[in-house]
Amino acid sequence: MTTIYRKSKGLQDVPMHYCPGCSHGIVHKLIAEVMEEMDLIQQAIAICPVGCSVFAGSYFACDAIEAAHGRAPAVATAVKRTHPNQPVFTYQGDGDLASIGAAEIVHAAMRGEHFTTIFINNAIYGMTGGQMAPTTLLGQRATTAPGGRTKEQAGCPMRVAELLSTLEGLVYAERVCVVDIPHLNQAKRAIRKAFEKQMAGEGFTFVEVLAACPTNWGMDPIGANRWLMEHMAEYYPLGVVKEV
Amino acid sequence: MKREIWKGSEAIAEAAIRAGCRGFFGYPITPQNEIPEYMSVRMPAAGGVFVQAESELAAINMVYGAAACGVRAMTSSSSPGVSLKQEGISYMAGAELPGVIVNVMRGGPGLGSIQPAQGDYYQATRGGGNGDYRTVVLAPASLQEAADLMFEAFDIADQYRNPVVVLVDGLIAQMMEPIVWKEHPGRPLPEKTWAADGRRGRAHNNFVTSLFMDAPDCEAHNLALLEKYKAIEANECRWEELMLDDAELVLVAYGTPSRVAQTAVEHLRSQNIKAGVFRPITLWPFPYARLREIAAQPQVKRFMAVEMSTGQMVDDVNLAVAGQKPVAFYGRCGGVIPHVSEIEGAVLAAWKEGL
Amino acid sequence: MAIHLTFQRDLCKGCQLCISVCPKHILELDSAANRKGYRPAVCRDESACIGCASCGKICPDSIITITKD
Repeated sequence: MTTIYRKSKGLQDVPMHYCPGCSHGIVHKLIAEVMEEMDLIQQAIAICPVGCSVFAGSYFACDAIEAAHGRAPAVATAVKRTHPNQPVFTYQGDGDLASIGAAEIVHAAMRGEHFTTIFINNAIYGMTGGQMAPTTLLGQRATTAPGGRTKEQAGCPMRVAELLSTLEGLVYAERVCVVDIPHLNQAKRAIRKAFEKQMAGEGFTFVEVLAACPTNWGMDPIGANRWLMEHMAEYYPLGVVKEV
Repeated sequence: MKREIWKGSEAIAEAAIRAGCRGFFGYPITPQNEIPEYMSVRMPAAGGVFVQAESELAAINMVYGAAACGVRAMTSSSSPGVSLKQEGISYMAGAELPGVIVNVMRGGPGLGSIQPAQGDYYQATRGGGNGDYRTVVLAPASLQEAADLMFEAFDIADQYRNPVVVLVDGLIAQMMEPIVWKEHPGRPLPEKTWAADGRRGRAHNNFVTSLFMDAPDCEAHNLALLEKYKAIEANECRWEELMLDDAELVLVAYGTPSRVAQTAVEHLRSQNIKAGVFRPITLWPFPYARLREIAAQPQVKRFMAVEMSTGQMVDDVNLAVAGQKPVAFYGRCGGVIPHVSEIEGAVLAAWKEGL
Repeated sequence: MAIHLTFQRDLCKGCQLCISVCPKHILELDSAANRKGYRPAVCRDESACIGCASCGKICPDSIITITKD
């Protein structure tokens, strides 16, 4: 009997707490598979955020450090610089990375820190119950924008991959999603490329994943993926944003 | 051993390197800029990591990161910057990470002044961040002591897995004094088996976190921290007693004011007033028990706390003395250093009032 | 050469992403709930499975194992 597919050894054998259809579990798995395929599980150090993925360190099989809200890039900076030969990555949501941690991610990218950031953009604060994020689309409803986000009140959503790509220290940025198998395969290739560039010491690498939050979007998982492709992928175009 | 003239900030930085610190993360703020400036050259030469962070917030979180993967790390700042670091200090206490934070205190609140002050006593000893936690607070009064205590700071941090604050006023950092670089054999320290520095064959993953979702788990964590703090209180209390054997009036002061107070006491003794100085070296744990013993001595008539603040440590003096004897206070603040004659005058006034 | 799909039934949250990507349309939700209270995904015709692993790859909870004899 041969195994065609099984849970990655880059994940611990524990159930995850994410809601049905949430993209977090899929992205965790892709990172885990890349770590397993590149034989990095025993060396890698994950920096986890505050938000829904606050427990990521209990799911990844590698060592992990829980950072304060938004500070993962600062934590990762010290971890990578003191352990330059080991793979280090931050896993951050949009509230964590684009709002409270905006300074930390911009300066890590500016310095060209040799770690990888996996940015989960689901256009909402998930853990706290659906408040408006910097990435919430215009017109999209949130508990702190019940009539939908307006430009006048909250400005236009932030395209983080493009913003960071203006910085010389960033060598690779790609925006992906995991709504179906072709997109998921592309997302995994992007994560792998980011890790490869990190291990080659090229500079800061960034993968933005457009992610579904069916619970806080008020949709079923399939409908959420459809909405993601119709609305999010229109404002946040998929593909390589920068590659040096 | 050779005596060398050092500037306070640079002596603190050099002592940290000699104590094995291999990560320095800071942000410019007066009056402590010589520490990151010195570190920017010396730390890479020692094989360590220096990063000028984008903010004090980022700097303390870099200390958190380096500590979490087992590296001796520190940051330094001055009062307003240390306020920004409180988030990270709370997280370090919660995740039980060792690290050293040097606060070169200046006048406050807000931007305040850039001259020496002691207005951050409450923040340092009570914990300026959220939650039930304590930081060990070491308060040197000379450059020799500052250099020596940096070694102790890293050892205490590692032994108890807890952040340690080295609290000095701006004068200690800015003045020059002779120091001798002593051998510090250090204490036996536990291995950092908890560090998240890559599994490398370890059977399980290490996850450094301060999150406990279930209240009973979080309570158990708090109670375990409390046991640790009790051990620190039992083992790490330090103080110095100057001319206290026959003292009727006890001045209590730390840092720069303790030196001014010492000179004032010498003057007072020449006027046949039996005064002495009790100098806490650890502000937390505060030497309550010893001060209470002193208060119980029959010849001791009264106490006077002398601070470069409007009166913060005096609360701890009152807690220690517990009403056994009167406790007076004299302070200057906002960056003003009390003159010897002022302290003398305050003591004489209090003395007359007592007689 | 038979292909076998194993679902960790009680860890399934019934999100149906596996059903949405199965090219053979052989996955469906069970009529009975699992221990979590979700109707878990099941394969109604394993003999039609081509072993593409799409279901396993997209499962957010990594509960699907695919083997062949």
